[in-house]
Amino acid sequence: METDYAIIGGGVVGLSLAWGLLRRGRTVTVLDGDDGSFRASRGNFGLVWVQSKGMNQPRYARWSQQSAAIWAEFAAELGSNTGQNVPLEQRGGYDLHFSEETLEAKAAQYETLKAKLGGDYPYEVLGHNALRKEEPHIGPEVVGAILHYQDGHANPLRLLMALAADVRRMGGRVLTGKTVTGVTKPDGFRVACADGTMVGAGKVILSAGLGAAEIGPRMGFRAPVRAQRGQVLITEKLPKLINRPSLIARQVDEGGIQIGATNEEVGLDDRVTQPGLSGLAARAVAAYPALAKAQLVRSWGALRVLSPDGLPIYQESATMPGAFLVTCHSGITLAAAHARLMPDWLEGSDVAPDLEVFNEDRFAVS
Amino acid sequence: MIRRDLVIIGAGPAGMAAAATAADLGLSVSILDEQLRAGGQIYRDVDRAAELRGDILGKDYAHGATLTAGLRSRAIDHLPGAVVWAIEEGFRVSYSIDGEAAQLSASHVLLATGALERPMPLPGWTLPGVMTAGAGQILLKQSGVLARNAVLVGSGPLLYLIAIQMIRAGTPPAAMIETQGRGDIMRAMRHLGGALRGWPYLLKGMRMLGEIARARVPRFIGAQDIRIEGDSCAEAVAFTSAGRTRRIACDTVFLHHGVVPNTQAARSLGITHAWDDAQNCFAPMLDEWGQSDVEGVFIAGDGAGIRGARAAEHAGGLAALKIAETLGHISGPDCMERAAPLRAALMHECAPRAFLDAAYPPFGEALAPADSTIVCRCEEVTAGAIRRYAGMGCLGPNQAKAFGRAGMGACQGRFCGLTVTALLAEANGRTADETGHFRIRPPLKPVTLGELAAMDEQAQDAAE
Amino acid sequence: MKTASPFLETDAGPRVDVMFEDVPLRLPEGANLAAALLAAGVQVFRHTKTTGAPRAAFCMMGACFDCLVEIDGVVRQACMIEVSDGLEISRPESAEVHNDPA
Repeated sequence: METDYAIIGGGVVGLSLAWGLLRRGRTVTVLDGDDGSFRASRGNFGLVWVQSKGMNQPRYARWSQQSAAIWAEFAAELGSNTGQNVPLEQRGGYDLHFSEETLEAKAAQYETLKAKLGGDYPYEVLGHNALRKEEPHIGPEVVGAILHYQDGHANPLRLLMALAADVRRMGGRVLTGKTVTGVTKPDGFRVACADGTMVGAGKVILSAGLGAAEIGPRMGFRAPVRAQRGQVLITEKLPKLINRPSLIARQVDEGGIQIGATNEEVGLDDRVTQPGLSGLAARAVAAYPALAKAQLVRSWGALRVLSPDGLPIYQESATMPGAFLVTCHSGITLAAAHARLMPDWLEGSDVAPDLEVFNEDRFAVS
Repeated sequence: MIRRDLVIIGAGPAGMAAAATAADLGLSVSILDEQLRAGGQIYRDVDRAAELRGDILGKDYAHGATLTAGLRSRAIDHLPGAVVWAIEEGFRVSYSIDGEAAQLSASHVLLATGALERPMPLPGWTLPGVMTAGAGQILLKQSGVLARNAVLVGSGPLLYLIAIQMIRAGTPPAAMIETQGRGDIMRAMRHLGGALRGWPYLLKGMRMLGEIARARVPRFIGAQDIRIEGDSCAEAVAFTSAGRTRRIACDTVFLHHGVVPNTQAARSLGITHAWDDAQNCFAPMLDEWGQSDVEGVFIAGDGAGIRGARAAEHAGGLAALKIAETLGHISGPDCMERAAPLRAALMHECAPRAFLDAAYPPFGEALAPADSTIVCRCEEVTAGAIRRYAGMGCLGPNQAKAFGRAGMGACQGRFCGLTVTALLAEANGRTADETGHFRIRPPLKPVTLGELAAMDEQAQDAAE
Repeated sequence: MKTASPFLETDAGPRVDVMFEDVPLRLPEGANLAAALLAAGVQVFRHTKTTGAPRAAFCMMGACFDCLVEIDGVVRQACMIEVSDGLEISRPESAEVHNDPA
């Protein structure tokens, strides 16, 4: 076979898997789209996030924790291999609340989850004054927050670039500007592209984000992924205003403050709208009033790749064994797990993580 | 929300001419301009400055006053100091005046945002004291400020115009370092026919060169290896010309190698652009009235393609006529009749273009800078970094932006977009069209979160 | 700041008092702020957040954002502001310089 693995999709999921497989001595060819593709990997919020994941599925909470726990090592290895620093900060993160009711309700949910995880879920409920000690610029409307100590944030674009560099350094072949049109399995796999490129591989991974909806069913997957738009704002570079990230705002390593995000079901539309921007700005200013004077310099919209329950999908094809679907909407958080732990699952090794709860059976109508 | 037939963005010659034509035909018009006084860049501050400096700036400049008078005489809704930061379909235009955001809507939009200086990345070009030649003109026009010890670097008629203005004001340039060579003029001769049809321009050009020679301003032709030297500000320009290496001390450097359409607003609307080889830039694809491929959005003036100030007026008029026809204010035949003289005038203005474009081409070293030269000023990304991203599979500027932040800064790619596209195209062996351009999204200009948040409140209040 | 400005001012007109980085200046009332600062001998408007490199006005038409100054807590382009009495202008507060290897 030309290559051990053909990986369809060169975003953070595809590249993380490529990296992990290359590290184990496998040969890898990544097929990536063009400059105009949707690319959730370029438009995400950059959180390495544990809290609020898997509220209804402790296994997902645990998977997120596992990834977060090895993220720093993963980033350090990428950094020393490529000479490209991957900024990461894991000093905890907030779920900010503007009402006592929602704060209490969330805390109760976390307490339940914590019990299911055998107590390994280190969070703290902070009232306004306690929060103010941690975040001097927090606004009066914020009644409190849940601080989860396993949360953090990274620079997702630096991650992407370091992965791209290290995959190449380890001999991975990355073909860009490719649209995969078909996957067949005469003996090994044959992956065909619109421009006539043909790649033969022992195994195939479909990690093409929203692209899986089209090609997945032809490979024996349900691939029930849909787009959900998130509009994000970023301000000019500012002096330090925000110490820990939340879903509302985080201060990135470059100095700008990133504000997110909407949750809109608008199909394949990644444009930004003035009402979207205004709503996000209003919430950010309510949380951190000092931001009223900050200049917005950029905005973008990106499409989350969502399964019906929001959990990842990890599935080997029943009709084409050796073909795997790997998709999630937390590609940054799970990058370390995808890079360091998933390859065991793909290779079918003894130490493979138990990922059964993430297979497509859960979508079957019973 | 105020609803108009036509919203014009930009009060330069195209915008002002369109506003007058549209208003005369009974359309409701608002013209938004980020400058505090109408005139655009070419007629910048003409109402104040024509009197003060008319003799230095010339008759062409003073012509702008007839256009600004046209705005006032018709009581057109002119919003000065209005910085447009978003245009959405419908059309809804979001803008800010004095730190307060507002919106208005219109069935038609005319983008008349003019041109930008073609980026000219050279070693040292980010030093304080280095400015565009256009900036030098603006300093003079608006503020009567002149550089005492300046060197002009680059090519193009604007460089000569500025030199003349500086000479007449008593502060001649220390030197002119020109990048076009004899070969360029020879190649331009192919277009001599057009140039001769536009003979007033040629004559003007020849007179300017004569005036520069009489003032004994040193001129160096075919300059290469140009770099600006200095620690914390510009101190000298080093270059080679006619086989000799030279270094000219100075306090200010004015750079210019042509202007290119300002496509930010058009790009944010998703208007299709195509690479124009003759003018070495992207230009929007428009029909003969200036209608783009987004229905209801027209583009006129240098933003449609570089043709100069007079051509901008004619194009503005044509767009307004078509919009008036679409809205039923004039008939089809009437529209064609009124358009005919404008088209003829427009063609006449375009006559010398091909010659000028060929005679004063962009400076090759600045189109393909050395690895260590900064190409993205805002984020300080070098040409070498962009080439490296190409080596890592970046086919287009948006991937390069994701990798290296080029285009993510405050100027949103206005000064690096063309360079990044050119570098990637060259490195990947593809055309500029295949390579593409930065995706442009609002805000087109910065707007504070407080202003944005206030709009959210207004919307909520309105809903209640 | 140099005391002898590299620029010559030819407009005469009433002047007003402003402060730039705690230094008093007398600038022409209503003038373009970037032009007035240049004429007054201000060479450096800001330092970049990436490497701390000095920058000053470049395009004078609101496109390059190199002439950013801070007035009343808001960072704006000096070339888009007019001089008025009592302006307190400072260089944008620099965040820590980030020197990540690129």
